Amino acid sequence: MKAWLPSLLRLVLVGLLVAFVTNPGWFEPLLKPLTENNAPAIYNQGSLLTLTLLHLRTVLIATVAATIVAVALAILVTRPAGVEFLPLSRSLVNIGQTFPPVAVLAVAVPAVGFGEKPTLIALFLYGLLPIFENALTGLTTLPVNVVEAARGAGMTGWQRLVKVELPLSMPIILAGIRLSVVIGLATATIGSTVAAKTLGEVIIAGLLSNNLAFVLQGGLIVAALAVLIYDGLSAIERYTARRMGRETR
Amino acid sequence: MTSRFDKLGVVIAAIVAYAAFAAPFATFRANRIVPGEARSILEALPPEIGPLLLAIVVAAALIALLKTPLILRLAASVVALAALTLLIGVAGSFLTPEGNTFARVSPASGFWLLIFAFTLLLADVLTRLNLSPSARIGVLVVAAAAVGLLLVSGSWDNLSILKEYANRADSFWREGSKHVTLALGSLAAAVVVGLPLGILCHRVEKLRAGVLNVLNIIQTIPSIALFGLLIAPLGWVATHVPGAASLGIRGIGTAPAFVALFLYSLLPVVANTVVGLAGVPRAANDAARGMGMTDSQRLFGVEFPLAFPVILTGIRIVLVQNIGLATIAALIGGGGFGVFVFQGVGQTAMDLVLLGAVPTVALAFAAAIILDAVIEMTSTKRREAQPA
Repeated sequence: MKAWLPSLLRLVLVGLLVAFVTNPGWFEPLLKPLTENNAPAIYNQGSLLTLTLLHLRTVLIATVAATIVAVALAILVTRPAGVEFLPLSRSLVNIGQTFPPVAVLAVAVPAVGFGEKPTLIALFLYGLLPIFENALTGLTTLPVNVVEAARGAGMTGWQRLVKVELPLSMPIILAGIRLSVVIGLATATIGSTVAAKTLGEVIIAGLLSNNLAFVLQGGLIVAALAVLIYDGLSAIERYTARRMGRETR
Repeated sequence: MTSRFDKLGVVIAAIVAYAAFAAPFATFRANRIVPGEARSILEALPPEIGPLLLAIVVAAALIALLKTPLILRLAASVVALAALTLLIGVAGSFLTPEGNTFARVSPASGFWLLIFAFTLLLADVLTRLNLSPSARIGVLVVAAAAVGLLLVSGSWDNLSILKEYANRADSFWREGSKHVTLALGSLAAAVVVGLPLGILCHRVEKLRAGVLNVLNIIQTIPSIALFGLLIAPLGWVATHVPGAASLGIRGIGTAPAFVALFLYSLLPVVANTVVGLAGVPRAANDAARGMGMTDSQRLFGVEFPLAFPVILTGIRIVLVQNIGLATIAALIGGGGFGVFVFQGVGQTAMDLVLLGAVPTVALAFAAAIILDAVIEMTSTKRREAQPA
């Protein structure tokens, strides 16, 4: 494969995505054959652009919150004061991962009502786990000699954390964030079953009215977003890994 | 700060204090959809039992709070959990007026928080005990048997979730078996296809990146969309391929859900097969070659057994993920426990949601524990078989 080909493909995908959400009308002839009985080929109960932005906003808020909490918790249980919690937190993460997102979503509805809130809660809780697990891996597998050297250089605990441990764990933490974002993008579509304004609305409208064009456009936008974001975050990760001299995965 | 307090115990005691004295223990509703009225422990239980439960809970919290021997902590958490699960059923019978079939009693936030706090204590004890794999499965079996006994004995019959169940007993088991068939069937199909594909990717390097990239992209497509997108091609197959429709292949229903779950399952299986085979020590392979083993003998006699724990890890990921994802199949008429979840969301009937969500979580949880134990057993066997 030529070196420039992947970059070109990414550029084309970005171009198509932007063109589709801003001017969906251009693509109507392509989607028309998928509809029956003269049903509309382009989602007509709201703007695709607004839904896409709302979708991204939901995922962004949840991921930022999840990152802050998960990294803070991981730091806490790897300090001497919190080390008692380390084994327990490991098994809790294991248990937590067995909860399906739909269940979290559905259980959150009676507590906070319909709309964006239950979706944010489900995304937040589900996003916590991969980030916490990776942050824990990053902070517990630091090269011993580097940490010892930092200690020997007279760094305080806080300095070691901020200048040595966190930067060295950054690539692994980023890998966790990437996983959490991709899960979040997909889970946010399910949020539409509890009336959150996300791209899932388009897919569900398509499923309800048996309109394949809706399902396809909703699904493709989310998939394109996921692929692009996944790709972008992997690039950042590789960059930080190179700078830290640490391989991810 | 080496005090007599256990740090986790402080957290648990704080949760218990709030849950037992400030949060509602049970919710009473005149019928299944009106807003509920909160009842505290003393209000929800008969006058001779309420204080007893409070005493048990406080005593268990104190044991958690102080640095106490593990065996005492284990006993405290088990006794507290048993008392809570048993007495929530008593609360159901006590709060429901005689002969009233509309009234609903369900566990409220205080009950759930108490369960959470003591499960935390139990999980901590079990983690510190460092149980062997077979002992962990044993604990799971005992817990499952205890819950089964409570269900059969009828002591929970006056709780709202079981009233929902009583109204849908037939469809519950039908959807349940559909759920398990979907999750396990797609896993089996993914193993049958994914293992050879993984072996092929391992042997033919050119294929590897391409196949893994395609499977990676499939994983990023949201599940609802993938379910929806498969409706069209399967509908086409059903109408154009003779005999397909009679096999149960249809545009909506189980078929697209099955295919989607299968596609999601492929990546972990193939990727872990490749990683597992790549991790086989070169020396083992060279020795096998030197002994004059053929390629297929080497594959089945050496490489495969050595890679097995890693492949099993992939299967664990797939199984837990599939049990969760199968709930979404309900959206396209594929059945499964998701039917109750989405019906419940539609009717804002929390107990109906729980009727779908609780078995799903229990299944996924049990699958994770059992497969983790099996993985640990196979990898220790491997380590014993070839000392470093």
